[in-house]
Amino acid sequence: MNSMFRPLLSDQPPLFVYMTIEGRPIRARSGENLALTLLQAGFSHTRLTPVSASPRAPLCLMGACFECLVEVDGRPNTQACMLEVREGMSVRLQNGARRAESGDDA
Amino acid sequence: MTHDLIVIGGGPAGMAAAVAAGALGLNVALLDEQHRPGGQIYRNVGIADSSVKTLLGADYAAGASLLAQFARARVDYRPGTQVWDVDPARNVTVLCDNRAECLSAPHLLIATGALERPSPVPGWTLPGVMNAGAAQIALKSGPCVPEGKIVLAGTGPLLLLVACQLLAAGADVTALVETAPRGNGISALRRLPRALTAPAPLIEGVRMLAKLRMSRVRWYRHATNLKVEGDTRVSALCFDAGGAHREAADMVLLHHGVVPNTQLTRLLRLEHRWDDAQVAWRPVRDEWGASSRPGVWIAGDGAGIDGARAAQASGTLAALAIAHAGGPLGEAERDRQSKPWWRILARERAVRPYLEALFRPPKWIGVPTDETMVCRCEEVTAGEIREMARMGCAGPNQAKFFSRCGMGPCQGRLCGLTVTQILADAHHTSPQTVGAYHIRAPIKPVALHALASLCATPLEHASDREFSE
Repeated sequence: MNSMFRPLLSDQPPLFVYMTIEGRPIRARSGENLALTLLQAGFSHTRLTPVSASPRAPLCLMGACFECLVEVDGRPNTQACMLEVREGMSVRLQNGARRAESGDDA
Repeated sequence: MTHDLIVIGGGPAGMAAAVAAGALGLNVALLDEQHRPGGQIYRNVGIADSSVKTLLGADYAAGASLLAQFARARVDYRPGTQVWDVDPARNVTVLCDNRAECLSAPHLLIATGALERPSPVPGWTLPGVMNAGAAQIALKSGPCVPEGKIVLAGTGPLLLLVACQLLAAGADVTALVETAPRGNGISALRRLPRALTAPAPLIEGVRMLAKLRMSRVRWYRHATNLKVEGDTRVSALCFDAGGAHREAADMVLLHHGVVPNTQLTRLLRLEHRWDDAQVAWRPVRDEWGASSRPGVWIAGDGAGIDGARAAQASGTLAALAIAHAGGPLGEAERDRQSKPWWRILARERAVRPYLEALFRPPKWIGVPTDETMVCRCEEVTAGEIREMARMGCAGPNQAKFFSRCGMGPCQGRLCGLTVTQILADAHHTSPQTVGAYHIRAPIKPVALHALASLCATPLEHASDREFSE
């Protein structure tokens, strides 16, 4: 997968956290914006829409567009761009609509 | 009441207001959904690498001094806190760490800044299309840059700035497609003399243009008929600019200026006016920032786009007016302390009419072609909105009722302006007459268990909840 974003080199060596996205182990820079982690890790979409199952990716990165809704540690409809990555975080993409009873339609 | 003043938003207006009000002895809370102060404009300036600061430029680095003042201020600062309801009695309900809580104060200052104007063109929902401002956010908070070929399209100072910043960061910017219509330059010329009274932004603009000319970026002007191509991801941007063009792209960055974020001011049913120069809504307020509802104030770009330095001034002025209205500050002292800030505000506003005219978005971005998706959440096209108009929908709320347009998770943040303009155009009337979506709580998603956590903190004056619709 071609990543949509690539990291810039920082002045100091970064600290890393280890997490999973769709079960895949991912190393991310500590304090990084989760939406940017997804875009650097090679995920070309963050969700499939409930209406037509079209792929979507973040548009605004500032909490307005809601295109980056993902499931974080079992909590659905979470705006990835409003979260910083944490050690051990488990992220799943939202494909289609959520179900009220379990928050998981897998 | 939990505080004397609640400030919502941690950008330049909110930080400046909290600094000033704290210094005057007010018990101030500042609520911000971001995890660090600065807003979008000064995002992460407190922790950014020096190399990132260099490539973002002096205007960004300048935010560090306000951040340092804010760090020393007497403020109950609550980062990572989303406001999801505000009622007329100024009960502010927030979500922090998945727990809901209610705060209240006699004065509320809304400093929620601006959003990028939506740029609905065919294909703008494809992964690989982002707002130009989002690419700048990635520079500030990654830091990272788009991979592959980048095409920027639209109009506005931010579009040119982001192009320069991406080039400085070593990104592969291949084309800049400006959509500002030909007539803009002439109407801007009349506003140039006033802009020249405070020429710093113009000098910065000339520097940016020179940088772009020296680069190898292909530069198109007065482009129309934008269309993003791609299957599951962007492959190209097509447009007309003295002939048909196709620019291959891995990322298309769209931008048509910024507009006030009116989500909270609409939730509070404050009075709004359509501003034809900014092609956007502005909440009505007096010179100090007082809104149409007593005790509710507005500062910064959320009241109309004037830029970061003006936002800092208007936040300070609102804090002085609130301290005066709330007691501790006499009128003479308020006026004495406010003098330098009025001067800054006047200087910063001098250039705005010129910029608004020069970078005025083309009419077609507000009234897109029938096949263009307008509501990204519920996937409603411009043609369907026009059909709503033919069926007799007079305004956005009726259109929403019949089409679900604006009912998705973004709650109309991305389609509201477009729907208003399409309906106004279809009915041959003004956006003011057509109106805007009613905004209702919760304005951010709230889980039921978080809602349940509110039971521990009963609302004050819950009976004051009265809205006329």
